[in-house]
Parts: sequence; structure tokens; C-alpha cells
Amino acid sequence: MTVTERQQLSYIAAQAADARVNLEIETEGMTLNIGPQHPATHGTLRIVAKLDGEQVVSAEPVMGYMHRGYEKLAEVRTYPQVTTLINRIDWLGSFANEVPFILAAEQLMEVEAPPRAQWIRTILFELSRIANITLFLGDMAVQVGAITPVFFAFRDREHVLNQIEAVTGGRFHPNFDRIGGLKDDLPAGWIDETRQALRKIRSFCDQIEELVEGNEIFQARTRGIGVIPAEVGLSYGLTGANIRASGVDWDLRRDNPCGLVYDQVDWKVWTHPDGDSFARFWVRLQETREATKIVDQLLDGIPAGPIMAKVPVIIKVPPGEACVETENPLGMMGYYVVSKGDLFPFRVKIRSASFSNVSITPWLLKGVYVPDIITILGSLYFILGDIDR
Amino acid sequence: MIGVLSELSYWQVTSIRVAAGLGAVLLVAGTLVYVHLFKMVSFMQSRLGPMEAGPYGSLQLMAEIGKFLQKEDIVPRRADRFVFKAAPFVVLASTFLLLVVLPGGPDAWFISNDLGIYLAMAVGSISVIGILMAGWGSASKYSLLGGLRATGQLIAYELPLLLAVVGVVIQAQSMNLQEIVLVQANGEIFGWGGVGNPFIVTQFVGFLIFMVAMQAELTQTPFDMPVAESELVTGYMTEYSGLRFLLFFIGEFATAGVFSAIAAVLFLGGWYVPGLDPTDNLFNVIGPLVLIGKVVLLSFLIFWIRFTFPRFREDQLQRLAWKFLVPLALGNIVVTAVFKVAF
Amino acid sequence: MSSPDTDTLAADAPASDEAAADEAAEALADRLRAALGDALVESCTRRATHWIRVRRDGWADLAGRLRDDEGFKFFNFLSAIDWLPSPFGREMDSAVDNALSPPEPAGPAEIATGAAGGDSRFQLLARVNDPATGRSVIAKTDLPDDDLSAASWVPVYSGADWHEREAWEMFGIDFRGHPGLRHLYLPGEFEGHPLRKDYPLLARRVKPWPGLVDVEVLPEPDEPDRPDQGGASS
Repeated sequence: MTVTERQQLSYIAAQAADARVNLEIETEGMTLNIGPQHPATHGTLRIVAKLDGEQVVSAEPVMGYMHRGYEKLAEVRTYPQVTTLINRIDWLGSFANEVPFILAAEQLMEVEAPPRAQWIRTILFELSRIANITLFLGDMAVQVGAITPVFFAFRDREHVLNQIEAVTGGRFHPNFDRIGGLKDDLPAGWIDETRQALRKIRSFCDQIEELVEGNEIFQARTRGIGVIPAEVGLSYGLTGANIRASGVDWDLRRDNPCGLVYDQVDWKVWTHPDGDSFARFWVRLQETREATKIVDQLLDGIPAGPIMAKVPVIIKVPPGEACVETENPLGMMGYYVVSKGDLFPFRVKIRSASFSNVSITPWLLKGVYVPDIITILGSLYFILGDIDR
Repeated sequence: MIGVLSELSYWQVTSIRVAAGLGAVLLVAGTLVYVHLFKMVSFMQSRLGPMEAGPYGSLQLMAEIGKFLQKEDIVPRRADRFVFKAAPFVVLASTFLLLVVLPGGPDAWFISNDLGIYLAMAVGSISVIGILMAGWGSASKYSLLGGLRATGQLIAYELPLLLAVVGVVIQAQSMNLQEIVLVQANGEIFGWGGVGNPFIVTQFVGFLIFMVAMQAELTQTPFDMPVAESELVTGYMTEYSGLRFLLFFIGEFATAGVFSAIAAVLFLGGWYVPGLDPTDNLFNVIGPLVLIGKVVLLSFLIFWIRFTFPRFREDQLQRLAWKFLVPLALGNIVVTAVFKVAF
Repeated sequence: MSSPDTDTLAADAPASDEAAADEAAEALADRLRAALGDALVESCTRRATHWIRVRRDGWADLAGRLRDDEGFKFFNFLSAIDWLPSPFGREMDSAVDNALSPPEPAGPAEIATGAAGGDSRFQLLARVNDPATGRSVIAKTDLPDDDLSAASWVPVYSGADWHEREAWEMFGIDFRGHPGLRHLYLPGEFEGHPLRKDYPLLARRVKPWPGLVDVEVLPEPDEPDRPDQGGASS
């Protein structure tokens, strides 16, 4: 499964040779603006790439086209109102955004959600992970030029979104998590339907494995491209599948479940030693499968009981500071909440995964070819709302 | 056709030919767009495709053309206006010129030229000029990158395309496409003449090389870096809109049809179907239909691959052409020549 | 989680774990104190979260120590807190809150800082993790009002680049040794530092909070038989 050292070296050597040729014939550089409206940037990321021929000399991401100032806005909203905002950070896995904030508030208030709420929370958390990463699996193929897989992704993601909608009433922005529990209980018959949806996702994963992962052209386009060594990745703050694809065995779901019930099920953290674009794709594919397994097991054992703990009607959070991080679909998402005993958080620092994940791009894009920019950006997998907040 | 047309005057013959040419290009392009782009691909991607315009959406293309004709024809401010505007026509002209040498039946052809396939390969390269014009004239960096990529790619794949044809030419001992069809119709496979001798049997390697090189010539995935929606927006077509974009669009499918037709003539026996006498007058009527049937079959392969595979990177594409396809094609020529001399 | 009587699921994380974590945090603080001297002002642990506060001159040194000696290879985030109570009082809040708590006096007089204390208005805040062991630490440093600057962490943690650019434009904190403090989110000609407490949220000032329209009269906070109304007034 690994790229041989020879392959890597030959790629690097080819790049160096090209650079030398470009130097010798004194070509003139060209600045290429990729974005803010470009099909490969999933939104409004702009990359100013200085090119020498088709080779990137330097690349600088420019963002802020979608900055919504959530950290400032959160300061003038009550705690329950904040979840409406943070739903929109990573809009493909919205429910997962709410969880760490709610957990931080619960930590400050010293309440704990009842077991049933914790289980349903974890199930929804994983379902939003599946909904999110499913799209990546199709989208990555589009980035390297195959159009069909993304339709399969949209088709099968729908099953999961339907399940999320059935519980929360919202396909994209559930706004369902409450301090001390959840808004509602599961609807009748939901568990069986979810199992069916999971079966479809599993068969989708098999399909993607054959159609995309096993494809020679896909491998040629992604193997050895955008290699991130573990040390560099950690120092840039990469998280999630991006860092696990570099061989770092670190998953907050296992290492610090923090109010979610991952310790109750049997699952595995996947890592890949290569750190290239293919490894990131591979790890995400395995993670989707693993998520279906987690949900399947959780569905078996949802405990009975209430779904809300006793919390005051008007939420006033005692003074203090709490920092809660969870393993979101895109990587680690954390909220640093400072309370002064008010209805409002005094300060909310949102640590979003994509922001750090994309911050490595200037380092990573140096010397690659234009098509590889797209492959690398696609494999890093960011959501613009998660960068700009 | 000569037999019938020789009694007509020059302008009558010419107008019949122009009408036939237009019909051949536009009808085939329309068929391919509907059958492959609208329906076949939709079924592959678990959707229905257009369903509203006409029965099963069969008139969708008309609706699209109506839409494109209404759109504004935008020319970027800093574009080279003349070059920019002329480019789509140059591309389309190459398609029409390719058609000229194609035989549709024993007497149904535009011209019967002894340099037929040679001429086809030559005029097929004109589209490169059009694409380069579009890329350069648009005054857009994406277009420029797309145009340059297209040029590099088309030049690289011209060679295996040509070399793959050489095997057929050696075997048929003619460059006239009509002759090539007749040789296949009258040929025998080891003394059995039941289905003639379609060159796909003896020239299978050549056929594969031709199909791969054709895929690249048509800039279809996995060789679509000049267009590359996810990288270069749409490459050399980025700045085009309205009618001119439509011309590129039609040109793409028409060229796919015409190239498939050439492949059908070279390797699948063209307008001939086994079991009938190739000199039969019937072929002047059903010949074009048989050819279109074979075109749809071959272009199905093109679009099937197009919507299944990811795309190569530019350097990988060049490597495939120069290090793999060209040597293979040369080997094919040597083997064909040896067999031709030996038997 | 922290309330032991409702703790059924996290039962296998008993208090001893937390105590062990506290001990490890203390040991870390001791080692850092030995290395940094009195630049380390305070260390505190609460709910398994470890804060340390250093003097500003020990800030850059701290990063190097944390990464190279202590194994905190992972850079999590860097940001700042403006401890000034909002000088706009409750003006920017919704009517529900105005009714409950009367507007506070404006002014920087009553700065109350949080965990690990603090003695100035602006506090820099950074978090690093050690993926191998799962430890984490939050570092803080105080910035004097007249010189809002600190040493950059970029030489140690490359990922601090964008976080420092964000802190620079949002709080106006200068980072010495940063490779290029440019605007990250805001347009180049933007004036002011939006996340400072004295920067008004203009949308609120020109137009009342639309939440005002559909405010319901809420029941008294401690009404006994409605325990499940956590999400009030959202």
C-alpha cells in the first residue's frame, strides 16, 4: 500500500529537473488567481499562485470572503442562541459543530446529559460525519477529473440526511443539541431505517473503493502528491484524517471522548504511513466505514431514560473557562468558552479544523504542478465556513 | 453517387453535398449528445437526465440551442477580437473537412481521394490551431494554460494516431478509405469470408492505440487537461459564451462522431454489413445508417470512458504517448509489415 | 464530566484519573518553573484542563520548551482575550437580558480575569497538545496596555502564522518576528480591531436585535415541573 521511496524520489527529481530547465531558459513567472470563484475551491477560497510554466513557485491562500465574525456575534447571544450560529461553521456536518460548544457549556455549568442523550448525541455526531465525508469521497474524484462518483455520493448521502432530518427536523442545520441533553427523542421506527441507510453507505464505500481508489489513474494522480511529514503536520496544527494519514495515531474520539460514548463501542482508528493525498483519501474511506460500524453498535444499546437533564429554563453559566475539543468530520474542533456568569459567553474562541488544515498550503504547494494544487486542496478537504468562521 | 450526380449541374451537386455534410455533422452530433451525454451518462450516474422537452427529453438539445442563441456573445475586453471570434469556426471547419473523405456507401461519398486517410489526418490537426487561437485570443490565463496544454497534447497524440493507421494502410494496400472498406468487405479470415475481414481482428493493437489516441485527440477524459473543469475552469473555452460556446460544444461531439466514423471505417468495415454484396445498390441507402450505428457504438466507448475515469496529469499524459503508445505503434507496424510480406 | 452523582457512563474515569492528571500537570509546571525561572507566574488545573501563565518575556522561550523538551508537538490554536467589560453595557444585548440585569457601568475599571489570573486587559492565549500522550496545556501571557506586543511563535510552531495574523487584526497585538503580519480575514483598508470589547457591533447599534420581536415572557427560573426547556428563546 505504500509509495516506494523510489517513486517519491523520482517525483521530486522530476520537479527539480523542471525547475532547472525553467531557470536555464529564463522563463517569466505568471501569477494565477485560483478563486475566489473557482470550481475546485468549494466556495470562496482564493489562492494566489505564482507559476513558472505549470509549476508553482509560491502559493498564498487569501480568505475572508466568507468571514462572518462568529466569535464577535457569539458575545451578544445567549448560550442556546449560539448553536444556531455555529451550525453554519462546517455546514456539511452541522450537528458535530454544536456538540463541543454544548459540552463546554455543560462543563462550566457542571451538568451532564443523561445517558440516553449522550448516546443519541454520539449517533448523530457520527451520522453527520458520514454525511460529511461521503461527499468528500465523491468530490475527491471530481477534483482529479472523474465526474460520476460524486453523483453516487449525493445519492447515498441523502439516506443519511433523511435520518438526520427525521430526528432533528433539519437536513443541514439541525440546531438540536441543548445544554443538558437534546431537544427531542428519536422518532418511532428510526433505528431500523438508520440501519438501512448505513447498509447503503457501506455499499457506497465498496463502490468508491472499486471505482476510485482502485483506479490506476487516480493512484497515479494522488500517490506521492502533497506528502506531509508527521512533524510538519503537527506543527501546523493539522488534525483529523489529514494527520492520521501521516501516521499519527491520534483520534480524540478514542483518546478523549469527553462526554460522548465512544468508549462503549468497539472500533478502530485508521492510520496510513504515507502522508500523501492518496493516504488522506484512504483514511477517510476507512473512517466512513468505521463510523457506520460505530453507529450500528450504538443503535443496539441506546439506554432508556430521559433525554434532558435538569437545567434551569434560563441558562446562566457560572464564571470560568472551559476548553472542549472533539474529533469532528474535518478534524479537531474546539471551543474555548469564557463565561462571566452571564446569559452570554464573554468570549468564544472557535478553533476550527479547516483553518489549521489549510494553513499548511503555502508550505505544501511549493513546487507542485497546477493539477496537483487541485488534488492537494481536495485531499486536505476543507469547508470554507470552517476556515472563515 | 457519381453515377447519379454526374447528370446534375455543379451547383446542384455542391448544394446536395453541403446539405449532406451539414446533416451528417449536425445529426450525428445531436444523436451523440442525446444518446450519450443526456441519457447514457445519466443512467450511469443514477439519474434520469432531461425528461421534459419532447418525449424522454429528446428535444432537449433544441432547447439548449435556443438557450445558447439567446445568450449574449461576450468578448473579453482585452481579447484579440478577431482571433477570439474566429477560433470556434476554425475548430468546426476541421470537423467538416474530416467528413469529406468518409464513404457512406459504394457510391455515396463526397470525394474519393487516393490519399483519403492521409488527408483526414492532416485536416484533423487544424483543430489544434483553432484551440490555440481560442486559448491565446481569450486573454485569460486559464484559457492560455488550456490552449497550451491542448497543443502539447494534440501534437503528442497525433503521432500514435497516425502510426496506428499505418498498419491498416499496409494491410489494405491503399490510403483510400473507400478501398479500405472494400478490402475489409471482400477479405477473408484464413480462407473464411463469412464476415469479410474487419481489421479490428488483425489490427487489434492498432485499434486500441487508435482509440486511446483518439480519446486524447478529442480531449475527453482521461485526457481532458485542456478543458479540466476542476482545474482550469474549462480551459480554452472559459471565456466563450452564447453562440460561440455552442459551436465549441457541437464541435466537440461532432468531432467525436467523425473520428468514430473514421475508426469504424478503418477497423469495423465502415458502411459494410456482412452477408450482403458490397456492390449492392442497397448500401447507398443503408450504408450511412450502418455507419452511424457503428459510430454510436464506438462513441459509446469514448463517453463511457470519459465519465468513468479520472484525468491524467500533463506529464503523465506525455509519458504515456511517447514512452508507451509510440513504441507500441511502431512495433505494430513492423509486425504487420512482416506478416504482409510473409503471407 | 464533573458531577459524580449523575455520572453513569463515565464511571470508569474515576477521580483518581483526574488526580493523576493534576499531578502530571503539577510536575510539568515544576519542570517549566525550573527552566523558565520566575517568568512562569502561575499554574492552575481545573476540570482536567491545565493553564499556565508566563510573563511576556518568557513567552517565546515557553514555546520552545513546550515543543522540544516537553513533547507538545501539536499546535492547537493561538488567540487573545480582551478582559475589558463591554463599555456598551447591555446595550448590545437583547431585551430579555436587559430586563433581568440592569446595564452595567462602562469603563475599564472592573477587569476580572479568568483561570490562572491575569493583570492586564489583553491576555494572549495558546493551546498545545501532545498527541502521543494526550496531554494538553493552555499558555497565557499578559500584555501591557501601552505595548501590545509579544514574541512570535512562528519560529517554533509554523502553524502559529495564521493564528497570529488573526490575533493581530482582531485585537491589534503585534508579534515580533512574525514573517508577515497582513490582514487575514478583513479587507486591507479596514480600521479598528473587531474583537476588542470596545469595538461596537455596528449591526446592533443601527438596528435593534430582531430577537426583540418575538420575545416570550419566560417563566421564573426555578419553576419545578419544566425541566426540559433548555433551549429557551432560541
